[in-house]
Amino acid sequence: MIKPIMDWLVYEIFKMPRGAILSEAVNFFLYDTVKIFLLLVVIIFIVSIIRTFFSPEKTRAILSQKKTYTGNVLASLLGIVTPFCSCSAVPLFLGFIEAGVPLGVTFSFLVASPMINEVALIMLWGLFGWKIAFLYIGSGLVVAITSGIVIGHLKVEDLVEKFEHKKVGSVALGAEMTVKDRIDFAREYTLDILKKIWIYVVIGIGLGAWIHGYVPADFLAKFAGRDNWFAVPLATLVGIPLYSNAAGVIPLVSALTEKGVALGTALAFMMAVTGLSLPEFLILRRVMKLKLLVIFASVVGIGIILTGYLFNFILR
Amino acid sequence: MKIEILGMGCAKCKQLVANAEKAVKKTGVQAEVVKVEDMDQIVGYGIMTTPALVIDGTVLSAGKLLSADEIVKFIGKKGL
Repeated sequence: MIKPIMDWLVYEIFKMPRGAILSEAVNFFLYDTVKIFLLLVVIIFIVSIIRTFFSPEKTRAILSQKKTYTGNVLASLLGIVTPFCSCSAVPLFLGFIEAGVPLGVTFSFLVASPMINEVALIMLWGLFGWKIAFLYIGSGLVVAITSGIVIGHLKVEDLVEKFEHKKVGSVALGAEMTVKDRIDFAREYTLDILKKIWIYVVIGIGLGAWIHGYVPADFLAKFAGRDNWFAVPLATLVGIPLYSNAAGVIPLVSALTEKGVALGTALAFMMAVTGLSLPEFLILRRVMKLKLLVIFASVVGIGIILTGYLFNFILR
Repeated sequence: MKIEILGMGCAKCKQLVANAEKAVKKTGVQAEVVKVEDMDQIVGYGIMTTPALVIDGTVLSAGKLLSADEIVKFIGKKGL
């Protein structure tokens, strides 16, 4: 539906010659931008409506006293739908631990929640197709569940910083939300996210279109093809500081896979961008000993790297 | 009346402080707006999402950027 409109715009209105590299790049850019923004508006709105039915408090009540395995699976699934922002990571972490949510189960939540987020999924769906988007959800869940189980078995509860706080004040949160409240919340949330990411999306797609048009195919095959064993760990490491730019990174990666970057490497990179975040580690340092943070990052990092190798091996 | 905004310095927390100050001006009520960034205190309130609005020691909203008008309503409910 969007494609004919963009073709018409580029070839008839802008009068750009068909088949020329510049016209193809412009066409690619317009088509992807319009498609991604349509998807972003519709899906973020729907996801935020769903989120109004889940709150960190409800999730905590469900997870409290849950055993390993069931708890880890539930925590990872709830991580997808519970609203979470890395700026609240600390009160959330302490809130979970104090309510008796096991440490490993809490970690499953902390991994799944940022990694499987709607923006990353929309970008993957729009640029790679639904199969890759589902592959991403599936492998994200496996990484979150196993990381939590592993950390749970390591018995590292003593590495949580002791927190001395006295209870102050009481909590009297408002009544259940009405339908109008939910819609208002979703509208605000959608606008909020779009305001934050639109520039990265446009720049990412723009660079992607440029790469699509001007970089020779297989240019990167030698460096990041599936036969290059160190491409996966390297991509994972590079992804860690790129946290806030998941929206801009995915269009770039999409273009790079056309130029020879193996898909497993690309998936590992995207999981590292969303799941391992430097700013979140800095915040979490206040409640975890450095050793626990290193364990957390290593376990998740190894999970992501193995996922990358696995898909490079399968997707031939 | 004491209005506290709990949050560790995120953009939304700062905006909520500004909105609370606006709300206080609108109602003309005698109130001080205090920013609480200390984690022990934030956790002590038992909330898991920030920013949060606290009036006279009671958490009335958490994890939501309230508009000045919404805060005015909370101030009104507290009975000036």
